[in-house]
Amino acid sequence: MMATDTHPESEEAVAAAVRVAFEAGEPLRIIGGGTRAALGRPVQAARRLILDRLAGITLHEPAEMVIAAKAGTPLAAIEAALDAKGQMLAFEPADFRALFGSQGTPSIGAIAAGNISGPRRIWGGAARDSLIGLRFVNGRGEIVKSGGRVMKNVTGLDLVKLQAGAWGTLGILTEVTFKVVPKPETIATLALDGLDDPAAQAAMSAALASPFEITGAAHLAAGLAGETARTLLRIEGFGFSVDYRAGELARLLAPHGRLERLDNAAGRALWAAIRDGLPLAEPREAALWRLSLKPSEAAAAVAAIRARRDARAYYDWGGGLVWLATAADGDAGAGVIRAAARAAHGHATLIRAPEPVRAAVSVFEPGPAPVAAITARIRAAVDPAGLLNPGLMHAGA
Amino acid sequence: MTAIAFPAPDAGILGRRDLILAGLARLVAPECLITSDDERRAFETDAFTAYRRMPLAVVLPRTTAEVAAVLAYCHAEGVPVVPRGAGTSLCGGAIPQEDAVVIGVSKMNRILEIDYANRLVRVEAGVTNLAVTNAVSAEGFFYAPDPSSQLACTIAGNIAMNSGGAHCLKYGVTTNNILGVTLVTIDGSVIEIGGPALDAPGYDLLGLVCGSEGQLGIITEATIRILRAAEGARPVLFGFETSEQAGAAVAAIIAAGIVPVAMEFMDKPAIEICEAFAKAGYPLDVEALLIIEVEGSESEMEATLARIVTIARAHGVKVVKESKSAMETAAIWKGRKSAFGATGRIADYICMDGTIPTGQLPLVLRRIDEIVKAKGLRVANVFHAGDGNLHPLILYNINDPDEARKAEEAGNEILTLCVEVGGCLTGEHGVGIEKRDLMRRQFTDIDLAQQQRIRAAFDPGWLMNPAKVFPLDRRAA
Repeated sequence: MMATDTHPESEEAVAAAVRVAFEAGEPLRIIGGGTRAALGRPVQAARRLILDRLAGITLHEPAEMVIAAKAGTPLAAIEAALDAKGQMLAFEPADFRALFGSQGTPSIGAIAAGNISGPRRIWGGAARDSLIGLRFVNGRGEIVKSGGRVMKNVTGLDLVKLQAGAWGTLGILTEVTFKVVPKPETIATLALDGLDDPAAQAAMSAALASPFEITGAAHLAAGLAGETARTLLRIEGFGFSVDYRAGELARLLAPHGRLERLDNAAGRALWAAIRDGLPLAEPREAALWRLSLKPSEAAAAVAAIRARRDARAYYDWGGGLVWLATAADGDAGAGVIRAAARAAHGHATLIRAPEPVRAAVSVFEPGPAPVAAITARIRAAVDPAGLLNPGLMHAGA
Repeated sequence: MTAIAFPAPDAGILGRRDLILAGLARLVAPECLITSDDERRAFETDAFTAYRRMPLAVVLPRTTAEVAAVLAYCHAEGVPVVPRGAGTSLCGGAIPQEDAVVIGVSKMNRILEIDYANRLVRVEAGVTNLAVTNAVSAEGFFYAPDPSSQLACTIAGNIAMNSGGAHCLKYGVTTNNILGVTLVTIDGSVIEIGGPALDAPGYDLLGLVCGSEGQLGIITEATIRILRAAEGARPVLFGFETSEQAGAAVAAIIAAGIVPVAMEFMDKPAIEICEAFAKAGYPLDVEALLIIEVEGSESEMEATLARIVTIARAHGVKVVKESKSAMETAAIWKGRKSAFGATGRIADYICMDGTIPTGQLPLVLRRIDEIVKAKGLRVANVFHAGDGNLHPLILYNINDPDEARKAEEAGNEILTLCVEVGGCLTGEHGVGIEKRDLMRRQFTDIDLAQQQRIRAAFDPGWLMNPAKVFPLDRRAA
């Protein structure tokens, strides 16, 4: 199906386009930078609303640690503006272009809509935790705002959080506001080598239960980042403090192995790779899953999956996040993987798979029946005609 | 005060009271159902004491199943429900109405599971905020949100109001520290949202429930994050001759890449009130006081403090006073956290809770002073300086109707000012009944209608905490 593209240049134009679609009963596919367009169930829509021209930083107050931008603003522009003032986004947003082989540039609105968070999530929170305000156009073509530019705000229902992770099915984000943090003076990456998954899990738990403010905890099995397995921990802050904490952490983790401080550039490259799913990017035809689990049960979940089918996996968020690649044939392992995730008190999202698989398998887990029922009612409360990214998250919705 | 209206009670419900009480009596044990005038009176208001209404009855269930049964019954009977934690709301979030059943979670106060490996605690939601920290402090952990009422307030109430505290500059507010809840909706459905994993599938219902002020359901259990405490923490007092200097110092500290765990501001009247109560050693010869707390090892704290002191000196700080002992630290925080209680010893007060962009601080402090003086009243200011969350305490005499009215008017003008400079009506206390009728200052009718439609996805009959948050004339029929 050839889609008709519209590139609105203003929030009013977005609202007008939705009102037209509402009158005509025509569904819309919402696109930011288009770098994750292959994530989610295939959307059947003859019209694409592309937000690339709705761009520009609208507010940046470094002393208030806040930045706001129109939704189509490239992430790179946000990061450059923050960097110039010694600041950054707290949640280390990922870039999935390598995973999907996509072109274009990630947009800040899509980062918010997908709640895209990297390794720093365990310390700095997810994208949704930094997102403090937004404006959106609902399925009736009305412009709605929630939250604001101040970081403490409990005025009214928090539709900001609700939009983070709704993938544009609860409105088209037009402007987003994030709180930001100072960029650390020093970043240290520390590695333990040669641990198996359960041992790595125990070491990460010990580190995260320490007072040393770990901002990254990941484990890569042998073959994913070198010949031996590597458990990585990250500490950030002022140089004097990082040195002190790195030393203390090495002492604390001595029973788990010898903690080695990596070269800065090598460390940064590793965290970027972990963030972006690069260790499992190839082969491109493999299906890719992200499992959100109770951290202490992640290694057992991966072992249970491997007992049933071939899979390669690595751990982020101290074990709370597992990236897993497996063959994309059949259900791409959905049955086996979701059963293991449930047993580990979590769930699984299908990040990458050929379109027929994504049409047949639930990409996003629907959740238990009462949650699914509330979800459907919320969707109807925002987008009564079901026009916005229909079917992207759930079939028939 | 009579400015805040309550909906007219439903005469049909009042007329059926005996039948409804009998119905409730079939669902819970006798000691869980409160019907006598004397005992109900304890539930007729919360910490927003200027308003009170006697509820139809009070139920204190002991289990999620009992909450579900009572809600399903009220739903079937069309009886409004007012959820209640510990009744410490400063905005009237738990104030009942005559035709409503109060459902309190205070009997559900067990800690169900402590999991250090995954750094989480599972609780029944009537447990107090401080009880959670106390349960894990021996292992060096704590629960981060620390509202001043933490000795009494419940986790259920914290989640309903998305409570903050003095340390959220570094650790975030409730919504950033919760992993899952058990929510019972008005029809008696028990909904499990989230759990021990960091993300829940689907929409962020947890984020929606946080701060929903008891309108979506009753929270009976919660899975919350605990954090390992820093090796040490030390508050330092910085006294300034003007609040402008103090505000500029806060901005400069943040600009230097330092985010202290807490930065609290007090003006002269607040300093005097709190010092008289807590004997915390606050300097009395300054116009503005910052309490800045740093964390870490001894050497880390010293190095960070040295940077902060240098910045403060560049902004004309007059007094720098470091805590030298755990006792001094406790006294410094006792003074700040008892600001409301200490104020209550010298006068009645209403406590505002607007947030402003911190750059607007000098203007807003000046305007607050003008607004309150124009009413012939006094104000003491305490606030979270790092995040711009203000707590002007407007002092008045509750027995003088004219003063009470003026205090409420001054409060409304201050909150309107907060919105006008780019902030919001409430940073951490909630809307409740207090700020309900000001919502149009911050939101358009379209904004409010969208929130209400989402509210209706949980409670289509508008029975849960029905006279809160939204202007009364916007209520569903």
